[in-house]
Amino acid sequence: MATEAHGAEEGGLVFHPMDQFIVKPLFGQGDVGAFTITNVTLWMALTVVAIIALLVFGTSRRAIVPTRSQSIAEMIYGFVYKMVEDVTGKDGVKYFPYIMTLFMFILVSNFLGLIPGAFTTTSHIAVTGVLAMFVFLAVTILGFVINGFGFLGLFWVSSAPLALRPILALIEVISYFVRPVSHSIRLAGNMMAGHAVIKVFAGFAAIAAISPLSIVAITAMYGLEILVSGIQAYVFAILTCVYLKDALHPSH
Amino acid sequence: MATDTHGAETESAGGMPQLDFSTFDNQIVWLLITLVVIYFVLSRIALPRIGSVLAERAGTITNDISAAEDLKQQAIDAEAAYEKALVDARAEAGRIVGETKASIQADLDKAIAKADAEIAARAAEGEKAIAAIRESANESAGTVAKDIAKDIVSAVAPSKIDAKSITAAVTAKMKG
Repeated sequence: MATEAHGAEEGGLVFHPMDQFIVKPLFGQGDVGAFTITNVTLWMALTVVAIIALLVFGTSRRAIVPTRSQSIAEMIYGFVYKMVEDVTGKDGVKYFPYIMTLFMFILVSNFLGLIPGAFTTTSHIAVTGVLAMFVFLAVTILGFVINGFGFLGLFWVSSAPLALRPILALIEVISYFVRPVSHSIRLAGNMMAGHAVIKVFAGFAAIAAISPLSIVAITAMYGLEILVSGIQAYVFAILTCVYLKDALHPSH
Repeated sequence: MATDTHGAETESAGGMPQLDFSTFDNQIVWLLITLVVIYFVLSRIALPRIGSVLAERAGTITNDISAAEDLKQQAIDAEAAYEKALVDARAEAGRIVGETKASIQADLDKAIAKADAEIAARAAEGEKAIAAIRESANESAGTVAKDIAKDIVSAVAPSKIDAKSITAAVTAKMKG
């Protein structure tokens, strides 16, 4: 959002709602290499710091009667743990740390991205795509390792009439491979759209007559975005659990 | 958006920065590093700690509840014991009262019997003494009467003095 100013200088209404998503080096100019320290690095590091602050330092007293930060950490822990247990069953609980990692990363990244001027790492398809592919590959490999070729039973709907099964199997296979795409684009799209809309409203604020309305709209969108940030992290995590359940118990 | 009016402005996005593939490797590298760090922090420190705290709390609550139940049971037991003790004490008190009454009654009876016996003995003694006194009085009265009769006879008719007949007459008179 720091790059907003130059639109107004031109006198007209020039929107740059996508400028906030540009990946650029933190120090100096130049190309973005694989290991260049960029704003991505900064905001991911802040995500790690925030997670450590909440889950490690927040719980350092190990109090029986929890402090506020410990309560929050315990609440998130209990929430994710219960979700994993409810969706995947008892044998899915050993994958809880992985799902917790995904959930915490997305949740904290989403919320940090709501800070004005922040860079939202989860609005990038590269980031969410890697997360989704990670889930997809892990679930697929796990499915074959645990169930052998029985994992293919996931695509063979035994409750359907025999004639329909090959067609259903085709649909199931397609839907299976679409999963990582929808999984990643849902998250990135939600984050990007919300931030871009806020930015467009912010651009309208340059016109004095509309600016009060613009501010109201930004406030409303910001509230909605807070909701979306939490919900998208939850959706990503629960879909991961659902996919994991398919790997653990492939029969319909 | 798509038309870049800024020319030299390198920061303006010509489309979606999300689709700028030149930054993908950078993002993916930092993402993987971040995920690994978060995973290790969570799995080594945060999650075991929170899990142990939650388990400890659940244990503490369970212990407290069972301790409370124990204490409640103890209170109920104590109340029952108290009630029992009260009933026992009442029964004991009743027994002691009865015993004491009985023993007092026995003592009293004994004392009364003893007193009665003593009274009877004293009365018998007294009667004996009275009888003895009466006997001696009779005897004395007999003697005196004989003497007086002798004296009177001798004074009235000295010739007809007969001690034996006078004595017999006096004795017969006294008995009559």
